[in-house]
Amino acid sequence: MAVGEVMRMEIPSGGDMSVTSPELHVLAVDDSIVDRKVIERLLRISACKVTTVESGARALQYLGLDGDKGASGLKDLKVNLIVTDYSMPGLTGYDLLKKIKESSVFREIPVVIMSSENILPRIEQCLREGAEDFLLKPVKLADVKRIKELIMRNEAEDCKTLSHSNKRKLAEYIDDAPSPSPSPSSSTHDDSSAKDFPSSKQMKSADEKFSSLL
Amino acid sequence: MELAQMQKSLQDYTKSLFLEGVLDSQFLQLQQLQDESNPDFVSQVVTLFFQDSDRILNDLSLSLDQQVVDFKKVDPHVHQLKGSSSSIGAQRVKNACVVFRSFCEQQNVEACHRCLQQVKQEYYLVKNRLETLFKLEQQIVASGGMIPAMELGF
Repeated sequence: MAVGEVMRMEIPSGGDMSVTSPELHVLAVDDSIVDRKVIERLLRISACKVTTVESGARALQYLGLDGDKGASGLKDLKVNLIVTDYSMPGLTGYDLLKKIKESSVFREIPVVIMSSENILPRIEQCLREGAEDFLLKPVKLADVKRIKELIMRNEAEDCKTLSHSNKRKLAEYIDDAPSPSPSPSSSTHDDSSAKDFPSSKQMKSADEKFSSLL
Repeated sequence: MELAQMQKSLQDYTKSLFLEGVLDSQFLQLQQLQDESNPDFVSQVVTLFFQDSDRILNDLSLSLDQQVVDFKKVDPHVHQLKGSSSSIGAQRVKNACVVFRSFCEQQNVEACHRCLQQVKQEYYLVKNRLETLFKLEQQIVASGGMIPAMELGF
């Protein structure tokens, strides 16, 4: 799966869109244990898979964005939606939103902010930063249902566009001859042994080390 | 007591809590989330609320008893309690927290002490009422009956 392709619906090759939608996997972030319990139930009763974490830092860790393993570390993980509280100690929901939108891998994941305070500048700030929606606490079942419908609709549209563009890309790939990647190192690469892979600075120096041992 | 009588008592008791403003519609939301697959959802959430609130109230008491009160510590606690009480529908606790926060903003130590007492009072009240409610429910279930769904026509 290519990097950036976080959410996918399984579309049969016939292009039939009337498949049963897979479950959304939602990452819910809230420092309140009571609210975590409630949002988890709201989401589960709305047929979503749920993972709850208690802080923005833990959310980033879960996504693999905390710099430890790098975003590629968790292949089975497919988060389709992040729902986060705004006021949290440490990383606020807004901070978390920014970090997610800054990530090339995760920026496509919709983020919904929850807050008990109806502060218009705060709402505007979040929406400007790319939040999908803003929920006023206490969150109700109707709110979750609405969000889910919104996300599912967006995903269906994305997949429609994507399946078209994927078919086009596939056709282009078959037509194009594979082109070699340019070597990042400035010195000429006059290694006589044939190399089928693009040479990198790292690999070149490893080669150099090896050849110096001979 | 007859099952039907117990169920009626439960309904009347719950209704009174709403009429007194002890509980608000968010509590009904929680009840809607309870079903055969999650028969104890409400009591589980409420239990978490009790545990969380006990901790917060303890921290608040300690913070307000300091020689120099650090409102940067006090306010987040009250905010937390306001949030969790709101999430379970404990309306009077939530309202008491709102008042509390405004006095935190003013850094009025005297008033904050009074607010803490008020919050505690409302908290013990809703705790007491909900424990009674759950006991009534348990009696009904133990007698083989079902918890009647709350009617919203009041």
